[in-house]
Amino acid sequence: MTDEQIRQIAFYGKGGIGKSTTSQNTIAGMAELGQRVMIVGCDPKADSTRLMLHSKAQTTVLHLAAERGAVEDVELEEVLLTGYRDVRCVESGGPEPGVGCAGRGIITAINFLEENGAYEDLDFVSYDVLGDVVCGGFAMPIREGKAQEIYIVTSGEMMAMYAANNIARGVLKYAHSGGVRLGGLICNSRKVDRELELIETLAKRLNTQLLHFVPRDNIVQHAELRRMTVIEYAPDSQQAEEYRTLAKKIIDNKDLCIPTPISMDELEDLLVEFGILGGEEEYEKAIKEGTKAPASIA
Amino acid sequence: MTPPESATLEETTAVNQALSVADTKELIKEVLEVYPDKAKKKREKHLNVYEAGKSDCGVKSNIKSVPGSMTTRGCAYAGSKGVVWGPIKDMIHISHGPVGCGYYSWSGRRNYYIGTTGIDTFGTMQFTSDFQERDIVFGGDKKLAQLITELEELFPLNRGVSIQSECPIGLIGDDIEAVAKKSAKEIGKTVVPVRCEGFRGVSQSLGHHIANDAVRDWVFPQYDKAKKEGNVPEGTPYDVAIIGDYNIGGDAWSSRILLEEIGLRVVAQWSGDGTLHEMINTPSVKLNLVHCYRSMNYISRHMEEAYGIPWLEYNFFGPTKIAESLREIAAKFDATIQQKAEEVIAKYEAQTQAVIEKYRPRLEGKTVALMVGGLRPRHVVPAFYDLGMKLIGTGYEFGHNDDYKRTTHYVENGTLIYDDVSAYEFEEFVKQLKPDLIASGIKEKYVFQKMALPFRQMHSWDYSGPYHGYDGFAIFARDMDLALNSPTWSLIGAPWKQAEATA
Repeated sequence: MTDEQIRQIAFYGKGGIGKSTTSQNTIAGMAELGQRVMIVGCDPKADSTRLMLHSKAQTTVLHLAAERGAVEDVELEEVLLTGYRDVRCVESGGPEPGVGCAGRGIITAINFLEENGAYEDLDFVSYDVLGDVVCGGFAMPIREGKAQEIYIVTSGEMMAMYAANNIARGVLKYAHSGGVRLGGLICNSRKVDRELELIETLAKRLNTQLLHFVPRDNIVQHAELRRMTVIEYAPDSQQAEEYRTLAKKIIDNKDLCIPTPISMDELEDLLVEFGILGGEEEYEKAIKEGTKAPASIA
Repeated sequence: MTPPESATLEETTAVNQALSVADTKELIKEVLEVYPDKAKKKREKHLNVYEAGKSDCGVKSNIKSVPGSMTTRGCAYAGSKGVVWGPIKDMIHISHGPVGCGYYSWSGRRNYYIGTTGIDTFGTMQFTSDFQERDIVFGGDKKLAQLITELEELFPLNRGVSIQSECPIGLIGDDIEAVAKKSAKEIGKTVVPVRCEGFRGVSQSLGHHIANDAVRDWVFPQYDKAKKEGNVPEGTPYDVAIIGDYNIGGDAWSSRILLEEIGLRVVAQWSGDGTLHEMINTPSVKLNLVHCYRSMNYISRHMEEAYGIPWLEYNFFGPTKIAESLREIAAKFDATIQQKAEEVIAKYEAQTQAVIEKYRPRLEGKTVALMVGGLRPRHVVPAFYDLGMKLIGTGYEFGHNDDYKRTTHYVENGTLIYDDVSAYEFEEFVKQLKPDLIASGIKEKYVFQKMALPFRQMHSWDYSGPYHGYDGFAIFARDMDLALNSPTWSLIGAPWKQAEATA
């Protein structure tokens, strides 16, 4: 069904970490290098393609299917749009928060794209998946015949690393049956202490690499407010150069691995080691102090 | 061609030799032998031999079936929609979810009712929300609300709606309770949401319980409200409700006339030929008469706790139990009722005697193996005894421990007991024990008939009935005779009989 030559990649990471922003900027960089890319947004919020299309949100597969009655009544051209530098954009869409089954929606949408020949004349397909792999539907992009390379967007914050480790677990689960591999971590800097070393160490523990350290720059915000990638908005900026580097690294990436996720304890130890988290003694001290003077906590 | 009828009769009686307790235990061991260790360990707890004097049958029950064992069990949706709610005739029961569950449960369980189908009653009609992919992805609440609005337009004489949840409803987290409340206001009628998703529990039994709870939570509050407002009439001291008679082939009707003849006023009948209004008014009765304990004990207990209504299990299969039950029921009332009960028993004496005189000689000594749902594996046994037949094995699809305790009052020493029996086990037991009649369900019927064994369906009465009450007993006796003494069986040789004949 899908062309063997197409490299299918997916961006995962904790919610709010900047997956969509990072992936679209990177893909803009890849498109600049002449790669033919399709973005498949797998998030009911449908915000994975706005920087490419300069629009609020595109018509999604599932909303159109719901309107028409069935997904069979939708034509590919209606949902597959072309954006910046001919990047093809499609959003699965899904229910509003709190109703229905978003996971099933992703499965339906991806099957629709495959059956209707969306996977043709491409070098890359990139899936942008929401936060955690909460159920089977959200694991769809990493199952057999789908994304083969997973890039985890993280930062030096504890919960982002926790999520990264969880995603590595998901990748491991499908690594043997579906052949999915971890391509590396992308650090979207939050300017946490010793962030670079920390994520480099985490990458090593997970048996992977820190593919690129993307520094924090306000220009990303400026571009985003204008519904553009940095590469389009400020092509000569340092930040645009960072994304180009990341794009090149992904195109050239041969270092694909089966991850070795670590336990929660190991993760905490890592944070202690880097001085971000205190040891047990410090906890106890903090609790004691807290009970003595509760006002200081607030 | 005239088949040699008499030859058949002799042949069949010759085979049954009652096994001893030890022999039967040995047989269980043998049958279990083919299982892998893990399955054997699980299944051996469900098979035993009843030993006189013990307080239960020595089997475990109401446990998840062993995968691959070909259990006959159903699901929670079947228990709620198919058994408890479905027969309430003036309500529309929506099979909420994809079309299959509703389609394959179309027409119900032969729960007879009076009314004009499609106008004021809906028993044999099927309603479904027919879920599509988009309803799963976006949720089905809006569709459900719209469906109820449309039903109200199409069938304005419906008295209410029940929402019978199929599996996906529980998975996608639809808020059917909110829809029920909103729609009830809109149409001004009762709307009952039932969380009977099929994957819940180990059999249909949990569906009965969930359905009972829905009655408690969504129907009885209407009684409470009416009571508060002073709108519940006092009634008579003789008001009773029939609980757990599903009127299969007219069972509840042939039971009801007896209760009325002894002077009781049956004000509600659940759920066979029942109405929502009867259900709402049930807490006003003086005594609940429970036929199917398994499926309706929960709500009976609730009424006892909440409204102080006592309940009594009765059994209207066969004249012995009918008389016993009538006396027991009458004992709860005054001397007039007790007097009338005796009169009724006497009145039917001649009719019953004629039935027994006609059929007993043809059925005397014949053995039967039973396997039904949650009540009949014990309740119909005395009716067989009344015809001179013997029970050699019985078991429930989805009975609980309390059912097996109650079974001890019905079975004799050495009876084989099988819980949630697998297709293989049942077949092996029958091959070894060689019962003259197997009384079970549609899933078993053709297996045994192809073995040239007489068979009667004990869920649907094989499209006959009623079997309850004195009138029902006459039909029961005739049907058993038809099955056992049909000349058909002499034309098909059972393999082991041929082997015996040549030996």
